[in-house]
Amino acid sequence: MLNQLTISELTKKLAQREVSARETMQSCLDQIAKVDGKIHAFISHDAADALQQADAADKELTAGVKKPLLGVPIAIKDVIAVKDQPLNCGSKILGKFISPYNATVIEKLKDAGAIIFGRLNMDEFAMGSSTENSAFGVTRNPWDTTRIPGGSSGGSAAAVSADECIASLGTDTGGSIRQPAALCGCVGMKPTYGRVSRYGLVAFASSLDQVGPFTKDVRDSALMLSAISGHDVKDSTSIPHPVPNYAAALNGNVKGLKLGLAKEYMVGGLDPQVSAALQAAVKQYEKLGAEIVEISLPHTEYAVATYYIVATAEASANLARFDGIRYCDRVPGNDPIELYSKTRGHGFGPEVKRRIILGTYVLSSGYYDAYYLRAQKVRTLIRRDFLNAFEKVDAILTPTSPTAAFKIGEKTGDPLQMYLSDIFTISCNLAGICGISFQGGFTENPKLPIGLQLLGKPFGEETMLKLAHAYEQSTAWHKEKPTI
Amino acid sequence: MEYEAIIGLETHVQLKTKSKIWCGCANEFGAPPNTNVCPVCLGMPGVLPVANEEALRLTILTGLLLNSTIPRYAKFDRKNYFYPDMPKNYQVTQFDKPSTVGGFVEFEFNGGTSRINLTRAHLEEDVGKNFHFDRNSGVDFNRAGVPLLEIISEPEITSSDMAYEYLNALKDILIYGGVSDCDMEKGMVRCDVNVSIRPKGQKELGKKIEIKNMNSFSGVRNALNYEIPRQIEVLTKGGQHHQETRRWDDVGGITETMRSKEMAHDYRYFPEPDLMPFEPTDAWLAEIKTRVVELPLAKKQRFIKDYQLPPADAQAFVWDVPLGSYFESVAKKSKNPKAVANWVINNLRAKLAENGGSLADLKFKPEHLVELIELVDGKKISSAAAQQVFAEMFTSGEAPALIVEKKGLAQVSDTGAIEKFCDEVIAANPKPSADFKAGNAGALNFLKGQVMKLSKGKANPGVVGEILEKKLKS
Amino acid sequence: MANDFDVKYVAHLARLSLSAEEETQFGSQLTNILGYIEKLKQLDVSQIEPTAHAVPLVNVFRKDEVRPSLSNEEALRNAPAKANGLFLVPKIVE
Ligand SMILES: [Mg+2]
Ligand SMILES: [Zn+2]
Repeated sequence: MLNQLTISELTKKLAQREVSARETMQSCLDQIAKVDGKIHAFISHDAADALQQADAADKELTAGVKKPLLGVPIAIKDVIAVKDQPLNCGSKILGKFISPYNATVIEKLKDAGAIIFGRLNMDEFAMGSSTENSAFGVTRNPWDTTRIPGGSSGGSAAAVSADECIASLGTDTGGSIRQPAALCGCVGMKPTYGRVSRYGLVAFASSLDQVGPFTKDVRDSALMLSAISGHDVKDSTSIPHPVPNYAAALNGNVKGLKLGLAKEYMVGGLDPQVSAALQAAVKQYEKLGAEIVEISLPHTEYAVATYYIVATAEASANLARFDGIRYCDRVPGNDPIELYSKTRGHGFGPEVKRRIILGTYVLSSGYYDAYYLRAQKVRTLIRRDFLNAFEKVDAILTPTSPTAAFKIGEKTGDPLQMYLSDIFTISCNLAGICGISFQGGFTENPKLPIGLQLLGKPFGEETMLKLAHAYEQSTAWHKEKPTI
Repeated sequence: MEYEAIIGLETHVQLKTKSKIWCGCANEFGAPPNTNVCPVCLGMPGVLPVANEEALRLTILTGLLLNSTIPRYAKFDRKNYFYPDMPKNYQVTQFDKPSTVGGFVEFEFNGGTSRINLTRAHLEEDVGKNFHFDRNSGVDFNRAGVPLLEIISEPEITSSDMAYEYLNALKDILIYGGVSDCDMEKGMVRCDVNVSIRPKGQKELGKKIEIKNMNSFSGVRNALNYEIPRQIEVLTKGGQHHQETRRWDDVGGITETMRSKEMAHDYRYFPEPDLMPFEPTDAWLAEIKTRVVELPLAKKQRFIKDYQLPPADAQAFVWDVPLGSYFESVAKKSKNPKAVANWVINNLRAKLAENGGSLADLKFKPEHLVELIELVDGKKISSAAAQQVFAEMFTSGEAPALIVEKKGLAQVSDTGAIEKFCDEVIAANPKPSADFKAGNAGALNFLKGQVMKLSKGKANPGVVGEILEKKLKS
Repeated sequence: MANDFDVKYVAHLARLSLSAEEETQFGSQLTNILGYIEKLKQLDVSQIEPTAHAVPLVNVFRKDEVRPSLSNEEALRNAPAKANGLFLVPKIVE
């Protein structure tokens, strides 16, 4: 079935006119019709528009136009702006908001020939690790629909795993790409901060957010990264660094590369099956010729606390614009203050409110130094830990998440426990480095995907992808499909 | 007890850029509402700011004009508060690391020169504009994102008049430096006034009272003229002030409470994560230094000192910059710069106004004006003749000597010829001659005028006077 | 520090109306989280520079050039209330 193909398989077939973009798009739409009632990865999608884009792609393909993603259906997390499409960020506050502009990543994907379709479900404003905090309902894990898909990009992960699209875009502020990729059994990458433009990504925490791809294998991840990376004059935090052909680095040769294992990551609470998968990967990497080196990231235990100060503080300001004046569903008030409070009190869900309050508090008069400034300083220490480690190793290997997908509703009562499950992914955003989650096996009874994570140097995506790809190709995990 | 007022001013000035500070929308006054707006300046979800380099340059330039220190590290921060005219509900501004620090403004006040020190001048974004109707208000975001410089004075101003002169001097400097048009009508300058009263001689400041959002300098003066006595009265009657924000009611001529300290804002400043810090390089600063101009007051003082000009003439050249530059180019070549100033202000400026010409296409050369003044000073021509020469020189561009020659305007200093004229006049006017002899000194002027007339203006008036006197006294 | 946490005051700063249940729930949850965050106090950071941006870069500018704006219609497209080209709000009283 066409919807199950990877980008590299599909683009070959499309270029040879073996298949058409329309057929491919249709097979994705058919799959959505068939399974999305159970998965609910999509908030909405415009089938007619998608098919029209597919027809346009077919015309170009027939004319022999060469573009890296020509005719490839790619679905988008509901936090990335697509012109004339709804933009809700998984929240009800935005109402019938229609984006007046395209995010830079969307422009880039369109330039590469991709078909941009659908709005993928997510935790409201990307705040969450389970996609249970969406105003549009819960997304379910394709491997077990009683379980969460991870989050916040749960819809993006589930849609790729359930073959409802060929690839998707998500965003990662503290693990929101890597964790759902791990729990849904696909590949998810968070690029180095500044590698991919944030223009058009509705900010959660500006200094931590990055857009990244969800794909069915590592090669596709590399292809997507080449398409969306690069300097953007509209984003002052975008880094003017050349964009390599990432897929060209995937030669399977990892001999002599040094892979770090952080002793601080061997924590309690790690599921034995996840631990076993990590140990198996270590052996496999050694077999492939990589060298395993023990490293230390001494400030790991402070990462979650640091993250929840920095991220919520930034979010409290970023989300202030949702006020019912220029857009948003307005709840009337007698004066602007009342209008704001009612609109926001009504429009935001509990997790968003909780984080806005926390973020407002840590910045408020008298507390800035104790919380925000201190967190920024600890962030320096965390980044330093990684830069020191990368003096000794080429990448760091960790589990992505301490456990496989948990049951819907299991952790909603205790936000702190939910936050602590982000322990392996959060530091990556604080340090501004890159990370990728790829398939590392399955748990038994129930059979659920286990994700492995590689953390790479700043702008070290090539080496990181090469290592992930070598492991993936030496195992068969990525070929398994969920039965829905 | 005697009290004194201590005043500090926060002046917001719109910078003269083509586009807004974070986006490419036009920085333009008077467009239809919400037409100079885009996703960025409307604070749409997902947008990001990118700093306008010219706004940063103008900020640094202002710092240089105001004698400030330019730190080698500056950054932007978010100032959080909700207001309908603020698209993001935070204002991007510079909190603890501004682009300029310190400096001062000097201005003429009370017959001397006063200096008010500055705390800093920092760059921020302007907000939208509210229109108030019966039941609701409307917001236009055309102004949101216009680059705004906030110039903060130290609390060193001691009277309403001094505040007024400070503001005018500041405005003159900014217009002079090309930083802002400072058009008050267009709201390009707005002012917050902090004023407190303390017993004369006391060191510590009284409770600060802020008057917000003044949009004219005379308004500032009027508000202070109301507020200072009001505060003194409260203290004299044994009352106390608490820190508060007041509004100036221009129609009623009073200030009234807006909000007290209990309702004060908690702005929750933190570094703007969407913008990188600024570390001005030597090359960048050097480039901006080339745009620094001489300040109005300095120029005036220099003109008075170097060219012995009367203050009014110096001021005229300060305000008409091209005319001042022209004057200076001629004055440098002349031995009599004061005369140059007279010619330029009284004759040349009038001629240009009359003919609609510009200094750039003058027909005569600066040397010609120098020559004309030398002819007068050397008593080669009379001042009446000089007027004729100038008129001709202005139209034809011919050298003054040539014109004098052609028109026969050379002054007659030959005593023989003048004696003949004098004899004729004395003979023809026995009455005035007798009056002079009787002691009426004024009669001499009449006779002198008659001689000049007879000589067709060519006689040297000094020589005429001498000869007449000699003849009448003998 | 965590026990003087005033949900009402902070919610007002953030312009969020909360139900009574939310106030109680958030109060205890956030006190709990703030308690956890206290662990940062274990570290001596007196000699450490704060990190505002993970990837350092300075002097990012754009040229002072005018670019096309939105039309008034596009600008007001998502407005909850509008008239005469303006975004309408309840009367602002200063
Ligand atoms: Mg300000
Ligand atoms: Zn704009």
